[in-house]
Amino acid sequence: MTTVDSPGRHDTANRPNPARWLVVAIPYVWLFLLFLIPFLIVLKISFSLTAIAQPPYTPVLDLGGGISGVIEAFKEFTVENYLWLTEDALYAKAYLSSIEIAVVSTALVLLVGYPIAYGMARAPKAIQPMLLMLIILPFWTSFLIRVYSWIGILKKEGLLNQFLLWLGVISKPLTILNTDTAVYIGIVYSYLPFMILPLYAALERLDPTLLEAAADLGCRPSRAFWRVTFPLSLPGVIAGCFLVFIPVTGEFVIPDLLGGSNTLMIGRTLWNEFFSNRDWPLASAVAVVLLLILVVPIVIFQNRAERGEGAINKVPM
Amino acid sequence: MNRRASWFNVTSIAFGLAFLYLPILLLIIYSFNESRLVTVWAGFSTKWYVSLFSNQGLLDAAWVTLRVALLSATAATILGTLAAIALVRFGRFYGRTLFSGMIYAPLVMPDVIIGLSLLLLFVAVDFGRGFWTIVLAHITFSLCFVAIVVQSRLSTFDRSLEEAALDLGCPPVRTFFQITLPLIAPAVIAGWMLAFTLSLDDLVIASFTTGPGATTLPMKIYSQVRLGVTPEINAVSTILIGIVSIGVIAASLVTKRREVARIRAERQAAAGIRNGI
Repeated sequence: MTTVDSPGRHDTANRPNPARWLVVAIPYVWLFLLFLIPFLIVLKISFSLTAIAQPPYTPVLDLGGGISGVIEAFKEFTVENYLWLTEDALYAKAYLSSIEIAVVSTALVLLVGYPIAYGMARAPKAIQPMLLMLIILPFWTSFLIRVYSWIGILKKEGLLNQFLLWLGVISKPLTILNTDTAVYIGIVYSYLPFMILPLYAALERLDPTLLEAAADLGCRPSRAFWRVTFPLSLPGVIAGCFLVFIPVTGEFVIPDLLGGSNTLMIGRTLWNEFFSNRDWPLASAVAVVLLLILVVPIVIFQNRAERGEGAINKVPM
Repeated sequence: MNRRASWFNVTSIAFGLAFLYLPILLLIIYSFNESRLVTVWAGFSTKWYVSLFSNQGLLDAAWVTLRVALLSATAATILGTLAAIALVRFGRFYGRTLFSGMIYAPLVMPDVIIGLSLLLLFVAVDFGRGFWTIVLAHITFSLCFVAIVVQSRLSTFDRSLEEAALDLGCPPVRTFFQITLPLIAPAVIAGWMLAFTLSLDDLVIASFTTGPGATTLPMKIYSQVRLGVTPEINAVSTILIGIVSIGVIAASLVTKRREVARIRAERQAAAGIRNGI
């Protein structure tokens, strides 16, 4: 024996091996064909014109036409859809109000989720797994159903109004369903587990001796919280905010079922352009602009996730 | 911890759990309501469950959804596990940044964008839309969730067993099936379940990628909800919630029991080594 392998040397890294190659290639090719290429097609169609045809846009890129066919198709590209997005104030409003709703609801989810995650991390170790299970369980049950369940509660003759009337807090029923308030309630409710889990993961790791040291040095609990606990939980806070903000910006189901006709959100606009107006190129342009808005947060999210910060990796289970 | 803080903690957990569970609980309770109105209690009845089983459209949709979920979860688990191995074990390889980007992006990407882009792909390559396009779409986004779940298990587990097998001359592929896969099995199963429920749940991506003849349960529920709230939807929802809850709780109990058994076996093995076997 001449060399002794040190631990970790068996990283199959340096061995050329067909099985190893396939392990990367299969998911890589899959995602390349069904995740990346589709975006390029969206981009291409966003520069096309609507047509009454099947598919309902023109030009149709026909690769059978060879290079000249592709060049011809490129010549017909138009920025009309993007001009239209800037001309009609409705789209700008929808983007802005989506971002506003996403920012406000992310802050609300954080405000509601933090005390819960904090309480969980401070709970006796023996019951923590059960609490975690209870938080995760709604995450597994259908999103659509959970949103639907709020319709019966928030309706004019719904359970919340019945309860408030019975308490005597209000004298006539409130209109909550089909307003922005209902959308906020729906978002906070649906996305709460996404915030609690990374927060809990960060708070649970917190070394209690740090707080004892702060207390020994005469730091009041509230001050210790802001000086010690909160800064150390920041990776969880950031992870949770990304996990809520990005998907909420493009949310469709919640504004559609709980929001009113004047609740503008871009996911809903895109859906309507596609399904009601059958304007595929315009829907594509809406998607491209939405993606441009979200690309910075998504890239930051990816980098943090890959470095394992904020326990994003622990989210689903 | 002082007493005040712990009272605060108990209250916030209680409030949080009430907030999470009350709507689901009310939904379940009103599925047994005699009245057609979802908000007025008129006595206990199971008639909505009975009428459910004569609603052929709903049953067909449930069957489509179940098949889509089984197929897509299984394929996504295989692809996602491969992706996780590539991410954790292969260090730097050509195009790794793009690869991990394509794994993490779908986790937060709005559904409307994924749905629209996949639909346009299927139209561009002239792939007949329907059952199979939904399956392909579901595989694509759920494989990323599987990859994340399996990856977090792979990156924390003790590699000495694998190294021992390799040192003893076991080929890498066989090492994977005999050592690695049994060790990461709980995460793989969890990934499969997550993929399954994601598929069961998806409305937006399925609506974009479907074609004539393939209506999934969420699509059916959505179109009925738009017409108004009915106890029948509460009944379907209750059945779905029941199935998923039982599945998740059972799986977590099984993995916990397995974990305990594994730790005990490892301790015994260690004791055996100490005793000079």
